[in-house]
Parts: sequence; structure tokens; C-alpha cells
Amino acid sequence: MAVAEYEKLPRADVPSPALEKKLHDLWETKPGIFGWIATVDHKEIGIRYLVTAFVFLIAGGIEALVMRLQLAGPNETILTPTEYDQLFSMHGITMIFLYALPVLSGFSNYLFPLLLGSRDMAFPRLNAFSYWTFLASGLFMYSSFLIGSAPNDGWFNYAPYALKPFNPGLNMDFYALGMIFYGISTTVGAANFVVTVMRHRAPGMSINRLPIMIWGTTTISVGLLFANPAVSLAFFLLWMDRQFGTHFYDVAGGGKPLLWQHLFWLFAHPWVYVIVLPAMGIVSDALPVFCRRPLVAYTLVILGTITTMVLGFGVWVHHMFATGIPFLSMSFFSGASFIITIPSAVAVFAWIATIWTGEVVLATPFYFFAAFISMFVIGGVSGVMTASVPADLQLTDTYFVVAHIHYVLIGINLFGVLGGVHFWFPKFTGKMMSEAIGKVSFWLIFVGFNVAFLPMHVTGLLGMPRRIYTYPENVGWTTVNMITTVGAFILASGILVFLVNVVVSRRSGVEAGPNPWDAPTLEWATSSPPPPYNFPVMPAVASRHPLWEDRLDEGTGHSSVLRGLVLDDGKETLATSVLDATPVAILKMPEDDPWPFLVTVALTVGFTGLLIQWWWMGGGAAIAVVIGGIVWLWPRADLGQKAGAAYE
Amino acid sequence: MSDTAIEPEEPLTIGRLQVGSIGRHANGWWGMIMLIITEAFLFFYLLFSYYYFALQSTGTFFPADNPSFRYSGPETGVVILASLAVFFGERGGRKGSRLQLVLGLLAGLLLGCGFVALQAFEWLDKPYTLASNSYGSSFFTVTGFHLAHVVVGLLMLLPLTLWSALGYFDRQRVVPVTIVMMYWFFVDVVWLMIFFTFYVTPYLR
Amino acid sequence: MSARRGAWRVTRGLPRRRARLARLPATAVAMVALPAAARAGTPMYYLKTFGAKGNVSVPLLWGLLGLSVFVILAVSILVVIGIARGRRVRAGPPGMILPVGRSSGAMPWIYGGLVASAVALIGFASWTIAVMATIDQPGRPAAFTIEVTGQQWWWQARYVDPKNPSREFVTANELHIPVGKPVHIKLVSRDVIHSFWVPALSGKTDVIPGQVNETWLEADRKGVYRGQCAEYCGAQHAHMAFRVFADAPDDFAKWWNHELQPAPQPAASAKLVALGEQQFVLRCGACHAVRGTSAGGDRGPDLTHLMDRTSIAAVTLPNTIGHLSGWIADPQQNKPGAKMPNLDISGPELTAIRTYLATLK
Repeated sequence: MAVAEYEKLPRADVPSPALEKKLHDLWETKPGIFGWIATVDHKEIGIRYLVTAFVFLIAGGIEALVMRLQLAGPNETILTPTEYDQLFSMHGITMIFLYALPVLSGFSNYLFPLLLGSRDMAFPRLNAFSYWTFLASGLFMYSSFLIGSAPNDGWFNYAPYALKPFNPGLNMDFYALGMIFYGISTTVGAANFVVTVMRHRAPGMSINRLPIMIWGTTTISVGLLFANPAVSLAFFLLWMDRQFGTHFYDVAGGGKPLLWQHLFWLFAHPWVYVIVLPAMGIVSDALPVFCRRPLVAYTLVILGTITTMVLGFGVWVHHMFATGIPFLSMSFFSGASFIITIPSAVAVFAWIATIWTGEVVLATPFYFFAAFISMFVIGGVSGVMTASVPADLQLTDTYFVVAHIHYVLIGINLFGVLGGVHFWFPKFTGKMMSEAIGKVSFWLIFVGFNVAFLPMHVTGLLGMPRRIYTYPENVGWTTVNMITTVGAFILASGILVFLVNVVVSRRSGVEAGPNPWDAPTLEWATSSPPPPYNFPVMPAVASRHPLWEDRLDEGTGHSSVLRGLVLDDGKETLATSVLDATPVAILKMPEDDPWPFLVTVALTVGFTGLLIQWWWMGGGAAIAVVIGGIVWLWPRADLGQKAGAAYE
Repeated sequence: MSDTAIEPEEPLTIGRLQVGSIGRHANGWWGMIMLIITEAFLFFYLLFSYYYFALQSTGTFFPADNPSFRYSGPETGVVILASLAVFFGERGGRKGSRLQLVLGLLAGLLLGCGFVALQAFEWLDKPYTLASNSYGSSFFTVTGFHLAHVVVGLLMLLPLTLWSALGYFDRQRVVPVTIVMMYWFFVDVVWLMIFFTFYVTPYLR
Repeated sequence: MSARRGAWRVTRGLPRRRARLARLPATAVAMVALPAAARAGTPMYYLKTFGAKGNVSVPLLWGLLGLSVFVILAVSILVVIGIARGRRVRAGPPGMILPVGRSSGAMPWIYGGLVASAVALIGFASWTIAVMATIDQPGRPAAFTIEVTGQQWWWQARYVDPKNPSREFVTANELHIPVGKPVHIKLVSRDVIHSFWVPALSGKTDVIPGQVNETWLEADRKGVYRGQCAEYCGAQHAHMAFRVFADAPDDFAKWWNHELQPAPQPAASAKLVALGEQQFVLRCGACHAVRGTSAGGDRGPDLTHLMDRTSIAAVTLPNTIGHLSGWIADPQQNKPGAKMPNLDISGPELTAIRTYLATLK
């Protein structure tokens, strides 16, 4: 065979034990501490994301329970106002930033290459880096508790209360620097998902054959690339105002407090879609498996996903209706906020139609997905109510909005996620989750959640403002608050049962086999858990449902998952074209690499230096980051980045 | 609809495939596009803040004198020349001329340093500071963000020049240079936006 | 289910509250008893309002609520029926091959649903815009302006008569307005963002430093309406409430005239009161003003007619002599983080100050 420097002719074959052994040796993460730090395996990173996000969920949940005790009755004194303010701020930050997106990134990291029929993400090292920076920024923000100075201005952190004259401690600096740090993680993660989708697909997986979850995550990743700079900048300017006396938000020098709100909501409203669209994607992909049919209106649901994200950039002002915005501008944003409901309505009707025209399998994941639909609608219609300016002027900043955001975050995100965990747990671990415990946890979560948060709408209609650490006894809020507290504890017990189920089933669950649910997509074509290289030969697909297509009679030709390209000359995967997914190149994938971790360490040191204003420490860390980056990116022959290397 | 699916037991229909990072087939090329998109939005939000101040503060925002072109004019020329130099080097790399590649990158490096120096003069020339008022804060922050991007561009050019001199690249394997060139074009465009915003629009009031 | 139960509780609570409000005597003495009278009520409820501005929003709110409940019930019922109505596949052991199908005929439902939601949403959007236009400005020009200054954690109110600048005065935390007349409100902040909200009369308007926001209030019946800061503003955001008293126009005019008066000079015989005044000026005068004395601070509420108010510390405590003493002796106990410091006022001083304050009618 001729030695070719720049190209080669790949062969197609069926897997053999020898091939699998060879691939295993190539792709396996080395054991030991080095492997643990250096791994770039998307499955390992995905699981880390999921576990870390759940740890943050538990932390945020405990914060919530303590607050619910304080609010159970009027004039309680379990918490001081300062403690309460830090708890509600960290609860929001934790759930919205450290749980809601990372948990979805966990699914996406684990599943993207498997769903797409690839061997890894486009940038495996960047993937590891995105996890490490997420973890480090989360710990950075949480370390504020150690010195009793956690962020205390809520997750939306309005200036000027966040400025130094009103908030002299380190509280806001932790939040500002922590969010800039966290922004690095989400940005590189988003870029990685987008490039992976564009480049790493099985031959034949044209864009009209992508699973919806892929569409959801890709859409929000593009959205994040647009939106994330707004919040990083907002926090950077806040930090500048605090440390260097600039006047962005500070009225004294001509600054504008509302600039913060514009920059923040330009980011934070799209963010709401960022943390629900992939969850909707999970449901759109997994619900049909339990209805034994493809999703109804695939194309419309995808168009709805994209439309929602696009419109999501045009409604940020509806968080600011009470700030004295001109009439015309309010009318526009109010109208846009109504219209954005329509694409979501499409998804709801698609799910219902899928249930109606399918044959239902009553397994635990289905319970979560079916409940999800109702919770989705409750969170949706309460959102519509706040789109109406006169209604919003009453509803905003009351517990009605708190109830709304929890139906969005728990009802849409958490229910989708829990259903997704039950659904993919067999793929993650090779074991089924217990159906019996699963149903107990479902009912506890479902009942607890609704007992806690449905009456909370009434609390809001009774005029209870959000973010108050206590309330008097003569305003009619006592009973509803007590009910919510009881519900919160039922919900927490359900989460506990769920966690027990995970632990028990992982140890002694029923063996799952490659495709326990008889599901249609590529991740079920490989063993459970998948080998480090995902697929021994590169699968090619000819339809949206490669494992169902014989029974559905769809697509052109046949998908081929048992015979495909053999890529075993080092860590290799296939690059395909953006729209049609025709093979265009063989990509060399990097080995395990400690630099993502080391650069993260340097960044953590740097942000700590900025926090405590040891500028030399920040400067030193910056130099370390530059050196680390250069080493990381040093052109390497084995990655096909350097002249003179031969392949084949 | 593509028909590239591999039929079982049928001969392979795929021809020879490129291996590794080459041109637009390199993931890094796509990664730089992503970086440029998100950075473009960063500058969009920065300029949004400036225009927000300009529109919301009735008459009190701008300094008394319109900004001078004394340094900003030459800066505009230098930053455009810098990216043209990198472009020249990249063309050389693609032709297989290591000399042209290294010379282009070196010229880019020097011109980039020239821009940094001019920016230092421009900053020292201002009667206001970062902490004077929101105009000063905007001016120094926005130009500072751009300057930081120029510095990052220089930090990319430095090892790239070294790698080029060491003969790491040839006609095919030259995509790191292409990627850095794209970044320099972006830094250029951003400068033109900043130049228009801070130096030209005050005259249009 | 629970939402319905809650709503029922609310509506039943209301008539009782209205009856109590109607029975309220206008005199300050009886007002002190107000918190007790309002205990069973829900003073911050806004699905029933008592003024031109709130009233046009209420049907819209109910309409939206009705639509929401309808949609939630419809979708939930559709999901439950969809699950219950028929073909069910029993899950077998993992990996069992199950049937798969693709029955058609679902798309009309989607298009139908799409059209129905679009029509409903466009309808409500139009209603919204119409209501917005109505509440933007009062029907008639307002007779006077109250400049409300929000600050951590109380409300200062300056009454301004545009026709007569000399009739201007300052009070705090308890506003009075004439029944049936629109009142113009100008909102400014001295520190951070607050939000001015009297749910039974009007929605919120944010109080933002560096800008002046405007709104208006109108009450169509006599009564006391609770307001509260609705934008998180720091440690004591929870205790930044206020009251709006809607008085008969005559009573309101009397009240304004009364508020214009400086505080009475202590009688020559009232030694303790005179001592109290001295102590007050000395210990409290840097932050509080009492017109007619040399206490002219404006960091805290103007206390010239303190005894006309029903509450102290931004409606944190009822204005009784006991609570007043406790508040002066230890504000941080009652409202941790409040800007009023503990001054280590001795027992005799406290008695004197308290006695003096009790004369500020």
C-alpha cells in the first residue's frame, strides 16, 4: 500500500474481536490519577457533568428547604435577613447556572457522538476543559460561603445594589468573577456542540435526520454563542465599577442602572430557552419510544425550536415592564412575548398527537414525560400571563413569577432530565433502573412539586413579593406558605428516593443489553455501556430511525450499523459535510491530555488573584494560561497538524 | 437527500479521504468561526453600551472636544497593514514558501506591536480617565477590549512564527496560519467598528 | 385542585375585608387599631381592585387566568385520555422487540391547535394593548403631585401643589389621597432600585436612581390600601411597606392643612416634653426632622406629625407608645440592618423622647 501523506482510502468491514481489541487499546483512558485528570472521553465527561450538576441540585435544594422553613410561618427567625439573602441568591445561581444547563450538557456530551454515530466530540480536549472550568467556577462561587460572603443580590443581581457603596463585601466579586469564569465553560462547550454537529455525523445523517435533542442542543449552543458575551460583559463592567471606579451602572458619573438590566436580560431571557429546549428535545426523542411511533410533526417541532430561540432574543424587555419603558416599546415586546408561545404550542400538540396515535408503554420514563407535558403547559401559560403588560405590572416580582420559574425549571427541565436519566441509565451503566422505586419517586416528585408550587401561584395573586425574608401575619400569606413548605419536603423526599434508585440499580439492576427499550437511534446500536471507541465500525444511516426503519419503511436504502468504515490507524473518526453528511475527511483525535485541567487550575488561581486583588497572582496565572495554551495547541504529527507525517 | 449510505455487502462507494487538519476540513477552522461569532457579539454588546449611554444621556455624555485622529488615524492604517501582512504570509505558506510565510508573520508581529504602541500614545493623550465619567469608562473599556484582542493576536503570531520557521507547515498542513489570519481579519473589522463609533459618529451628531 | 381551593379562599376573604374597610373611622386613634382589623384580610390581593387604574386590569387578569386554567385542563385531560384510551404495550424484559407503527392523521390536530393558539394569543395581545393605553394616563389631569423617594428601607413623600408652592410638605410611609381623584406620583430613588406598588390600586412602577419614573393612583372608595416595595433592595426589603389612605375629599383637605402646620411648642408646664424635645434634637435631629424645631435631618422620616400615622418603621410595627419605645431603644432588634442605629439611649432619655414624640399630633 502506498504511503500517503495527506489522504487514504478507508476500507469497510464488519467488526472483529481483533479490531475491537485494537480500538480498545487506542481509545481507552489510562487508569490512575493521570487518566482521571487527563481523560478526554466524552462519555466520562458527560457522566461527570451529570453527577456534578446533581450535586449542585442537591446543594441548591438544601438551600431551598432551609428557606422554606424560614417562610413556613410569619415572622420566623430561623435565618437572619443577610443569611436569607445569600441563600436565595445562591439557590438561584445554583439551580439556574450550576444545575440546569450543566445537567443538559451532561446528556449532550454523553449522547452527541453516540446519537451522531461518531467517536468523540469535535474538540475532546476543549470538552474536558469545559467541564473543568464549570466545576472550578462552581466551586469558586460556592467557596464564598466559607468566608460568609456569598452573593446576596439574587441571581439577576441588579445594580446599583450590587455596587460597592451598597454591597462592600466580596459577595458580588465572587459572583461577578465566578460568572465570567463560568462563561468560559459555556462558551467553549457551546462551540464544541455546534462544530460536532456540523462535522461529526454518520454518513447519510443529513440535517433532516438528526434527533430532536441534537437540534435542541445545537440551537441553544448557537444561542449561547450570541447571548453569553452579554452577561460576561455585564459582570465584567460590574466588577470594573466596583474595583476601578468606572461609571457604567453608577449614577454619580453618568452611569445607568438600567444598562445592567438590558445586558443581563439580553442574556438571561435567551438563557431560559437554553435550559428548556434541550430538555424538550429529550422528551421529543424519548417520548415516542414509549408511544411506539416516530414523533408527530418532526419538521414543525424543529422549526419551533429554532423559532423559539430566535424570538427569545427579542423579548428581553418583558422583564423590565415596570422600569418606565416607553409605551410603544412595551407594546412591541409584549406582542413578541405573546407570539413566542406559538412555536412551543406546536411541540405540545406534537407530543399529545404522538401519545394519541401511538401505543403506550407505561414505563417510568414515560411517567415523567407525560407529566412533563402538563407541567410544561402550566409553566408556559403563566409565562403568557406575564407577557401582558398590565397583568405583568401586578404579577412581576411576586411569588406568581416564582411559581412560574419553578414550573419552567422543575416542570420542564427537571422532569425532562429525570425521564432522560431513567431512559438512558441502561446505556450509561448497562443496568436497568428499578421500575418499582422509579414509580414511587415519580409520584413523590409529582405530588410534592405540585403541592409546593401550584398554591404558590395563589401566594403571588395574594401579593406576596419575592425575595422577602419574612412576612407579617396579617396579610393572608400564612396558609399558602405552609402548604408550599410541606410540598417542598415531599418533593425533596422524592428526589432522595430517585437517588437511592440510581445507587441501588447501578449495583444490582437488571442487565440492559444494547437496546432495552427497542429504541430507534444510533446510541442503542452499540453495547451498554458503550466501548471507549463507541462504534467498532463507523455506522451509516439512511433514515431518521436507523433501528426502526425496516419496520417503518422509511428512508432511502438501508442504514448500516454492522458494516462500515474501519478507522483504526490511531484515534480516528469521520468528518462529514454540514448539510448532507457525506464523508469528507478522516480526523485525528487527541490522546488524553492534562493541559485542560492544568489551564483550569491556572485560571482558578488567576480569578482568585483578581478576587483578592493580588494583581501579581492574576498576572502570573495569565502567563501560565498563555503557556498552557501554547503547549496545548503545539502542532502535532499524530493529530495531522504538522507537515511530513505519513499515514497508512 | 444524500445517498452515501453504505449498503451492507456492497462495495465501498467512498473514495480517498483527506487525513488530519487540512483547510476547511480542520475542526480548528470551524472552531475559529465559532470564536469569531461569539467575540463579534461581545463587541456588539460593548458598542451597545456606548450607544445606550449616548442616547439615554441627553447632552451630558460626550466630552467637549470631538476625538482627534492624530493617533487613531495611523492606528487604523497599521492594524489593516498587520492583517494584510499575515494574509501575505498565509498565501506564502499555501504556496509552500517558508520564507514568505515567516516574513509575513514577522511583519504582522511588528505592525501589531506598532498598533499597541500607538494605542498607548492615544490613551495618554486623553484628558479623561477610566474613572472620570461614563464616557471615559466606555472609551477605555472598549478600546481596552480591542487592545487585549490585539495582544492575544500577537501571542498567537509569536509561536506561529516560530513553528513556521521550524518548518512545521507545508502547502497542505498550514491551517493554523489560516486560522490566525481569520482572527486578525476579525480584529481589523472590530477596530473599524470602534473607529467609526468613537471617532466618526461624534462628528455626525 | 389546590389552586382552586386557594382562589376560593381568597374570594371569600374579600367581602369581609371590604366590610371592615368601610367601617373604618377616619380618626387617627381608630387607625391604630387597623392591623388588628385587617388581620383576616388579604390586603395585597389584586384580582379585586378599588380604583380606575386597577379596575381595567382586573378583567384582563381574570381573562388570562381563565384561559390558562382552560388550557392546562384541556392539555392534561388530553394527555390522560390519550394514555387511558386504548392500545397499550406491556413492557417486556429489556431488549424485547416491540411493535412500531406510524399511524397518520395527527397533523390536522397540530394545525388546528396552531390556529387556535394563534387566535387566542393575538386576541389577548390586542386586549393587552387596549388596557395599556387606558392605564397609561388618568382620565382627568391630576390635581397635585406626590414626589415619592424610595430609600433603604422606607418611603419619603413630598406633597406638591403645582398652583401653590408654599403648600408643600414632607411626610413618610403613609400617603393620603382624596377618593375619586387621580393623583400624580413622581418616583425617585436615593440609593438602589425599589418598586412602588399598591396592588389594590395599581401595578408596580420601579423607583430607579438617576431617573424619574411617573405613575398615578386613584381610589374609588374610602379605605386603607397596603403598599410594599416590590424590587429586592437589600437586607430589609421585607420591611419596606407603606399605606395609602383614601380619604373623603374634605377630610383629605383637612389632613393636608394639618400636615402643613409645624409641630406644637411644648407647653411651659410640660417639663418632660420640653426635655424630650431637647433630647430629640440632640440625639435624633441629625437624621429626623420635626418642623418648628432645629431638628432638620432628612436621612430618616420627617416626624412632624408622627402621631397621625398608624405605623412606624415602614409599617413594620404599629404606632403604639410601647412599640415606639422599643423601636427607639433597639431598632436593630426589630429591623436588623435598618439604617437607624442603636444609640444606647438611657431609660430617662427614652422616657423624655417618647413623651415628646407623643405630642407630635
